[in-house]
This record gives sequence, structure tokens and C-alpha cells, in this order.
Amino acid sequence: MANNPPPPRDPASTIPTLPKIAVIDLWKAFRGKEVLRGVDLAIAPGESFVILGGSGAGKSVLLKHLIGLIQPDRGHVIVDGEDLPCAEPAVCLQIRRKFGMSFQEGALFDSMNVFENIAFPLRRHTRKSEAEISARVQECLEAVHLHDVGRKATSELSGGMRRRVGFARAIALQPEILLFDEPNTGLDPLTSAVIDDVIIEMRERLPVTMVTITHDMRSAFRIADRIAMLRDGKILAVAPPEEFRQLPDPYIQGFLAGEPLEEEVA
Amino acid sequence: MAACEEVGRFFYILYTTLHWMFRRPFDLKEWGRQMVRVGVDSLPVVGLTALFTGMVMALQTFRGFERFHAEGFVASVVSLSLVRELAPVLSALMMSGRIGSALAAELGTMRVTEQIDALYAMATEPIHYLVVPRVGACVIMLPPLVMCANGIGILGGWLVAVKLLGANPVVYWQRTFQFLDLNDIMSGLIKAAVFGLILSVTGCAKGYFTSGGAEGVGRATTAAVVMGSIVILLSDFFLTKILF
Repeated sequence: MANNPPPPRDPASTIPTLPKIAVIDLWKAFRGKEVLRGVDLAIAPGESFVILGGSGAGKSVLLKHLIGLIQPDRGHVIVDGEDLPCAEPAVCLQIRRKFGMSFQEGALFDSMNVFENIAFPLRRHTRKSEAEISARVQECLEAVHLHDVGRKATSELSGGMRRRVGFARAIALQPEILLFDEPNTGLDPLTSAVIDDVIIEMRERLPVTMVTITHDMRSAFRIADRIAMLRDGKILAVAPPEEFRQLPDPYIQGFLAGEPLEEEVA
Repeated sequence: MAACEEVGRFFYILYTTLHWMFRRPFDLKEWGRQMVRVGVDSLPVVGLTALFTGMVMALQTFRGFERFHAEGFVASVVSLSLVRELAPVLSALMMSGRIGSALAAELGTMRVTEQIDALYAMATEPIHYLVVPRVGACVIMLPPLVMCANGIGILGGWLVAVKLLGANPVVYWQRTFQFLDLNDIMSGLIKAAVFGLILSVTGCAKGYFTSGGAEGVGRATTAAVVMGSIVILLSDFFLTKILF
């Protein structure tokens, strides 16, 4: 009996998708206080990943590790196969060009107006003409639903507008990864919903991987493909939004219901 | 321990500034802006300081020298002390107050409002974009400022000696330059460039490593002026020892 050869396999189906960002056993302490205590994460390409956690859980510190703003005491942050903490400074700069980051209060350069803020990375890293830069800035402003604000000073902007200008600046160089640091903090519910809409729209229109840190539950469930809960410097759980709601962990259930555990109150 | 940390931060900023100084892209617009801010905008403060220093020098030495009939040497004392010592040191101290504090406040505010992190996130080295033009502008602009201070200070001395105290104007000008040689002027200018480096690196280091919000920015600003001034005075002694 002739042996039939096995059918050829699709190579793509046998190779697991490499994570865009992998965090492996990340530790960080500030002045003896451990903020991250062995964080492990894998974020897939094109995914919208939300990291939830209470104040002081280490969310911002974790996010800053992803882009190399903080060096870990121990562990790895691997972006597209490159270990960021161990990379040479020149490689580090190259890796950072894959990122766009939106900061909590926008972190807009107050010596520049809105247009100059968004044009800054374009002038710094591309050889585009002024006309091309102007067109791209306009495009970015339209992507975040802002019009006629280019000549405004950053001090004239409201909180929500500052965040959106920060988004526009973050996408100017068409990054592969977008990081959002508490995009809704300090905003009223309506402005907060507008910010969520902008994020969702950007996710649909741009081929990017998104990582958002927030403590805003409503926003997290609207924008996330998967949600991770960070508590005391460790990842407590990772799950898609619907599964996340069903997790039996009392801390997560307390967080979802807005009812702290007794030990938290004490 | 804290002192070691301060010294370490100073030399870290100095080293990284030199490392990035000659690397592309050269932000000429920013260099120009900083040079105007440090040089042109500081001229009134430095000029006034030099003018009154020259006037006081002439007044003091005239009263002293006339006791042993050596009024003719007032001009030499005024010009030599200004060019070799007073103009570079007093200009640097004034600049430490004006520019060192401004650098610390500016960079400190950028640090606490995450603007420096934003630069990193945009793959831009903050030392390259922020510190290099500021330090460069101080090193380049301090010597011309001190040259202006030399001229204005000598003019101040002339005003008091000739117009107020009745010294002979011809003899005064002759004595001004009689004992002054190129080496005196050059050493004053070298001092000025070194002081420019010290005050700018101190201001930038204090601002760059600011923490603790608005209060931290306030502390950094004060410390930049105090530390900058002390280091200028200390280094003045060693520079004088080496250069003269």
C-alpha cells in the first residue's frame, strides 16, 4: 500500500503570530519601593490593548518602559524582536520611531503653536517640503476632528483639545504603535466619549497596535480588544472585554463595581 | 552623597552635550534664537553692570591714589582690573542669574510637564535638541558680551575720572592702554567662554533632572543660580592661576 504524503501545510498557520510588544519579567523599583514586580505581557500586532489599574498600580511606569523612557531593573521589553533596554542608543532611537505616544496632559511644547507642535516630528525626521508638512498637519488635525486651531497657542486649548492635538502629533509620522497615557483623566463624560470615539476611529483607519492605560472602565470596554488588570506591580488577568467582566477575581469585580476590597480601604 | 550626585549630573550633561554637539541635524533656527537671547538680550544688564563697576573703580582708586599723587595710574588700574577680572566674573555672575536660572526653569518645567519625555517619544534626543543650542549659545556669546563690558566699563571709568574728578583726558586714554596687552584681553575672553560653559551646563543639569512639580522647578532655579555662581568663583581662581 502506497503511503500518501501528508498534504502540504500552510506555513502561516503553523507559525504563531509574533507579538508586536512582549514584556518579560519586568521589575522596577524607585528608591527601594517596588513599582513593577515581574510583569509579563504579549501584545499582538494590530491589537487594541488596554491596561487597567488603580492609582499607583504602576500603569504609567509600565507604559514608559514600553517606549524606553524608563530603564527596567530587570526583565525585557521586546519590540518587533528587538530588546529595547539592551539596544544601542542609535537602535533605540530607531525603535522609538515606530511609536507615537500621547501623554496624560498632552505634553505639548508650550513654546510652539498647535501647527508647529504637530509639524515638529515631521521637520525633525522627514525631508518633506513645507507644503507637504502643512498638508500632513491638516490631515492629522482632521483625523482628530479639530479645525482652524493650527495658529492657536497651546495655552488657549481646553483639556480635551490638548489631548486631541497630542493624538494628532502622535500619529504625524504614521507610527506602527500608539501609546495612550490616561487619555480620559480629568475630562467630563461627554469630552471623554469624544476622545474614545477619536481613538476608535483611529484604530479603524490606521494599521496600528494600540496600548492604552486608563482607570476609566467605560472607556476601556469601548476601545479594547483585550484588557489587562495591573495590581501591585503585577498583571492580575488578561482577557477580552466580555470575558473580563465575568472574571471571578474579587479585586476585578470590586474594580468593575467601584467597590474596593476591605483590605484596600484599610 | 548628594554632592556626588550633583557632580555626576553636571558631568553627564557636559559629556552628552559634547557628544551631541557636532551631530546632525543642526537646528540653526534654535541656535540663532538662543544666541539672541543670551547675547543681544543680555547686553543691557551686562552693560549697566560694567558701566557702574568702571565708575566705582575710578572713584575708589582716584581717592586712594591722590593721597600719594598717583592719580595718573587710575586709568591703568581700571582697565587692567576690568579686562582681567571684573568684566568676565561680574558678567558671568549676572548671566548666571539671568540665563542660568531661566535655563533651569525652562527645562525644569518641560521635565515636570512631560515635554522632555515627549521629545524622547518622538525619537529626538532632548540633550541634542534642548541643551546643545543653549550651552553652545552661552559659550559663543559670553566672550563678545565681555568685550562689550570691557569697553563700557572703561568708558565708565573715564566718565568719572575725567568728567567728574577732572583728570587729564589725554593722559587717561594713554594710561588706559599703556599696560594692557593682548594676553590680558585673551585670558579674560577665555575665562568668559569657560564661565559660559559652567553657568549653562549647571542651569541645564538642574532643569533636566528636576522632579517634584512646581516646587521642584523653584528649587532647581534657585540652585542653578547659587551653584553656578559658586562654581564660577571657584573656577575663577584656578583659571587665573593657569592663565596669568
